Amino acid sequence: MLYNEPSPLETRVLSFRFGLPNSATLDTYLATRGYEAFRKAAGMKPEEIIEQVKISNLRGRGGAGFPTGMKWSFVPRTSPKPKYIVVNADESEPGTCKDRVLMENDPHQLIEGCLIAGLAVDAHAGYIYIRGEYRYLIEVMDKAIAEAYEKGWLGKNIQGTGFDFDLYTHSGAGAYECGEESALLESLEGKRGIPRIRPPFPAVVGAFQCPTVLNNVETYCAVPAILRDGGAAFAALGVPKAGGTKMTCLTGHVNKPGVYELRLGFPVKQMIEEVGGGIRQGRKLKAFIPGGSSCPVLTAKEVEGATMDYDSMAQRKSMLGSGGVIIMDEETCMVKAALRIMRFYAHESCGWCIPCREGTTWLRKILTRFHAGGGTRSDIDLIGDLSRNMLGRTFCPLGDAAAMPTLSIVEKFRGEFEDHLNGKPCPFERAGEMVTA
Amino acid sequence: MPDLVKLTIDGKAVQAAPGTLVIDAAKMAGIEIPAFCYYEGLTLQAACRMCLVEVEKMPKMMTACTLPVAEGMVVRTETPQVAQARKYTLEFLLTNHPLDCPVCDKGGECELQDMVFRYGAGESRYTEEKVHTPEKQFSPVVFFDAPRCILCFRCVRICNEGMGVGALGVIYRGVLSEIAPNHGDHLECDECGACIDICPVGALTSGIYRYQTRPWEMQHVGAICTHCGDGCKTTLGVRNNRIIRGNNRDHSGINGEFLCIKGRYAFDFYDHPERLQAPLVRKNGKLEEVSWSEALDTVANRFNQIRADGGTFGVIGSNHTTNEENFYLRKFAREVLATPHIDHHRTGDVTALVDALSGKTGRMATVADLYNRKAVLVLGADLAREHPLLSFQIRANYRHHQAHVYAVTPGPVREDKYAVASVRVASGGYFAALEDLRARLKAEPELVIVFDDSFKGPDVHRLVEFGESLGIPVRYICLVDYSNSRGALDMGLVPGEGGMRLDEMLAADLSALWVVGANPFKGTPGVPGSVARKARFLVVQDLFLTETAEQADVVLPAASAYEKSGTVTNTTGEVQRLKRAINTMGAKPDLEIMGFIARQMGAAGALGPWVPETVFAEIRRTVHGYDIPLPEIDTGGAAPTTPVNGRVTEAGGPRPDLIRSDHNGLFASGTLGRYSKVLNSVLEGRLDR
Amino acid sequence: MTFSPQLEARFDKLLKSYPPGRQRSAMIPMLMYAQDELGSVTDELVDEVARRVGVTPLQVNEVLSYYSMLHRKPLGKYHVQVCTNISCLLCDGDKLWEHACKKLGIGHKEVTADGQISLEEVECMGACSWAPAIQVNYDFEHFVTPEKLDQILDGLRKKA
Ligand SMILES: Cc1cc2nc3c(=O)[nH]c(=O)nc-3n(C[C@H](O)[C@H](O)[C@H](O)COP(=O)(O)O)c2cc1C
Ligand code: SF4
Ligand code: FES
Repeated sequence: MLYNEPSPLETRVLSFRFGLPNSATLDTYLATRGYEAFRKAAGMKPEEIIEQVKISNLRGRGGAGFPTGMKWSFVPRTSPKPKYIVVNADESEPGTCKDRVLMENDPHQLIEGCLIAGLAVDAHAGYIYIRGEYRYLIEVMDKAIAEAYEKGWLGKNIQGTGFDFDLYTHSGAGAYECGEESALLESLEGKRGIPRIRPPFPAVVGAFQCPTVLNNVETYCAVPAILRDGGAAFAALGVPKAGGTKMTCLTGHVNKPGVYELRLGFPVKQMIEEVGGGIRQGRKLKAFIPGGSSCPVLTAKEVEGATMDYDSMAQRKSMLGSGGVIIMDEETCMVKAALRIMRFYAHESCGWCIPCREGTTWLRKILTRFHAGGGTRSDIDLIGDLSRNMLGRTFCPLGDAAAMPTLSIVEKFRGEFEDHLNGKPCPFERAGEMVTA
Repeated sequence: MPDLVKLTIDGKAVQAAPGTLVIDAAKMAGIEIPAFCYYEGLTLQAACRMCLVEVEKMPKMMTACTLPVAEGMVVRTETPQVAQARKYTLEFLLTNHPLDCPVCDKGGECELQDMVFRYGAGESRYTEEKVHTPEKQFSPVVFFDAPRCILCFRCVRICNEGMGVGALGVIYRGVLSEIAPNHGDHLECDECGACIDICPVGALTSGIYRYQTRPWEMQHVGAICTHCGDGCKTTLGVRNNRIIRGNNRDHSGINGEFLCIKGRYAFDFYDHPERLQAPLVRKNGKLEEVSWSEALDTVANRFNQIRADGGTFGVIGSNHTTNEENFYLRKFAREVLATPHIDHHRTGDVTALVDALSGKTGRMATVADLYNRKAVLVLGADLAREHPLLSFQIRANYRHHQAHVYAVTPGPVREDKYAVASVRVASGGYFAALEDLRARLKAEPELVIVFDDSFKGPDVHRLVEFGESLGIPVRYICLVDYSNSRGALDMGLVPGEGGMRLDEMLAADLSALWVVGANPFKGTPGVPGSVARKARFLVVQDLFLTETAEQADVVLPAASAYEKSGTVTNTTGEVQRLKRAINTMGAKPDLEIMGFIARQMGAAGALGPWVPETVFAEIRRTVHGYDIPLPEIDTGGAAPTTPVNGRVTEAGGPRPDLIRSDHNGLFASGTLGRYSKVLNSVLEGRLDR
Repeated sequence: MTFSPQLEARFDKLLKSYPPGRQRSAMIPMLMYAQDELGSVTDELVDEVARRVGVTPLQVNEVLSYYSMLHRKPLGKYHVQVCTNISCLLCDGDKLWEHACKKLGIGHKEVTADGQISLEEVECMGACSWAPAIQVNYDFEHFVTPEKLDQILDGLRKKA
């Protein structure tokens, strides 16, 4: 089972079953208040369920942080079309590996979340879109789903409630862009992962042209807790405008990397020092990415006093994102980091729109040349200029995701770019040496 | 009419119907918002980002191509931010675009070139290496140069949506994304070339046109395609008396931008090496080249002699020649040769339809009706193969207006993909199938019924009865094969009182048979297989030494549709003008040939001047339904005729068994098709046969 | 085209998983599972899947060429994927990649001469907190050091 040593500083609402024997089985689930929330929700009116989710201040955990209760309320419940629940388990944002842990250790929690969402919007079928690399998780989920069918937690007339619900897993095949909700729906329909023109939003026209609730794995996983213990209790765990906990992936240069469940508003400093065990080899923090490589990079100075929540990060002109915290110590070459990030976006751009398709590739080429010592001073401005001119102009947010970290790196670490000029070798490069070991 | 939405664009007050896109609303107000991927009538993409505009109260710039107008909306299209976005988009586009405008076919009519000129990014800061990939040949007519492609996906959409073929797709992703053909390295499709026309840059180029000339070095002449009966307008690019390309990029005419392979490329028969350049006269059993005057004298003298001897003349007219020529030929036959023996190859029973509708008006559907009417019933024909424009119109109607399409055909047809009902019938099963559909058809607000030669004579009357019994407005189209099949009938190339029909003429012992632009000896309805000539004197006017011409005593080389002026009437009875695009050495327009024969015979006075405009004036005066407004056709449009209640009467009426469509597919066109290099070069032509 | 009974069963299940008329949805999972069995996506498979889900081979090609896990050329029996994306990079994933190339004498998307092992430098695969990570076929290996990589590769050689 994939999960790290827990930290005493965690608030384990979604992850409290992690580490229990056979935590992924229905028996363990049922023995630990599993499906209690579903029973409760089955006795409630759809509006009441949505109300509880609204009260919980749950915001989407996929990266954009959209209020979940509000999203559910956009579904035209009286539409004659079937409605669908879609789970975004594409988890591809660099630095993010939390959905994996949630599905591996507690698949029934996700199933229960889907059932409750189904009750809330009158949907009777759901699809879990799992990235192709997570093949073993498809098997984990399929097994849990099969168990749920067998014991009457999925299928027709679930536990005598009269509610029918079918749930399927669906494999992706390697494409970051398919994490973007509308591209995901295209992919689910057997097409290229090209985003759709919006509006209409998935809540109105989603999977198979029908109203659809589309949320991240973690978002659905929070729902059973909300219904079980009440939205207010969940809200109380977080900060005023965002309730609950956040599965946080500590990655990069920390001593104790891992996925930790921390309440929203958890201080960054404490997170790095105490949860993460401090920066490796006693080094100092240079740069901090709060939630996956799409977020603007913050300097050590900027994160002083910051907390892990939407507002604190927004004040610092970054984003809470997906929970993929990337910690970079003073020995990190920021040019190389910028290059690697841009290489990723250039590789993952779907190719639909010009600024993203051509911009990411151009930037990748400049940064490659630059890191290899072939840069000129005007390139530094060009990198910033091109990024700035991609921002807000692309068809989907991938273009922004590529531009934001790059722009923040050239702006905040310009000196490091200058250090690479005139054919100088990268000042941080120590060929062949591994620090990991 | 719903209330108009009021908005402001660049300070101008603009009104537009609800649902109008800002890009179109701006255009109506004379404000051009640049775009590559937006293309009227095709699905929206918002991919190129050229059309970004500022909209008050919106945090980000919006794509004008996807934004519907809203009351009180304030749009700005020329702010510094917008200008900058355009400039950057162009700079991004040019990073991998080869700057080979001087050798690119599109140079001079390239949308990218124009935009860079207008919106900047003259000088690029891109110093990285460009990706080179070799040019690919997708088919004899379609070449693809990937680096020039800007991925606007217009070609993919026109092929998928417009043509219903889906032969082009996009493979790979990101900067590697590339347009790809449906069969590995090559296309198997309609070869219509719409993808080439719609390409804003020089990525898709025409195998026929490439490297021939520059757009500004051509004259552009509006002509009418001389192949099937749909009558598409095609604009011919002409240089040095040669036709270099055909397209309809100005979207004029009944077909808008549509053309099939025949309209776009199959003009090429005109300079086929076997094209007749000089008249031939049979001497000692062999056809020998002679001067025009000798050939005309031979014909005129013989005709006069037969007249003097009281011999019988037979006259067979053409489905390709102009109305003026057909009219003149009929007059010649009836008044000068005094013969009732005149006919042409009928490919559909228009006569029966006209008769069945007598007493009613406004029942003949036009090409436009197929796009505008709420429901269409197709009977028999595989329209996508035989009447590509009509098929295109119906598809567009379905895409844009969700028209209900019913296809009742012997085999699968392209219409099946979106038809509300597709019924397969064996011959003879049509009326049963129609009865099954009756309730559904009755429920339609209106209907266009399109039928081919599966319905003839009494069946046409029965079909009209069926249509009339539905109690909804119904219009009809009787399909005919060739560019002027309809005109041949309307101009009266039909037997007079006691006259022989085509098959009878072939079998009869005539003193002279005069065949103008037809190849009846190749096989004719009622006379299968090749025919040996019976007539004692045979005169043939044609472009090529056809099976019929080979047996002639005199062969007179005729001009093609692109080498003469006049009018033609398409299968829906719409009249359009042909403008002479080129002159040909040796050959003469049929009208001129006939005029000269008349003059040599001393009979010209009776027939009047052989000037197309003069003859047409007479047609307008005397042929029922042809008193059409001139401005309409003189400006390149089409004017529908109203032939009901007064067609040229035909003794005994047509014989249904002699009506037969050739059912030419996309890659065939009767005898003419054999002389088109393009039609013979494409793989599909071979597969289709 | 014939497939193993297990794969046929999976296809059946997939084709029943989507609303009526939406069988195209099954295309990507079908290609993934079939690729596992055949080693790559062959032309024959493209035609077969196109037929089963009711689209043209071009439509299948458009889709499959979009996704990075679908391959037209056969990979090694063991496909070793090394992540060098940011979190792994910070833990020397790039050096691990170089090590793997050197050790096997092959590069990105190349296969060893005996066809047993192939290499690919991949993007983030969701193992960021256990970096650097690799995947051998679908199996994750976490906190991979050069020594551990050597062991893994040697183990694969033995199994092969
Ligand atoms: C390029 C891109 C990639 C994304 N990748 C993911 C992803 O891997 N997982 C995810 O849950 N959301 C991802 N998102 C966010 C989704 O579009 C969507 O907002 C989210 O799944 C909604 O669920 P939530 O409201 O529960 O967060 C991505 C967005 C973009 C623009
Ligand atoms: S920004 Fe444009 S090219 Fe990039 S992934 Fe989104 S739509 Fe595709
Ligand atoms: S960065 Fe390597 S798995 Fe995420």
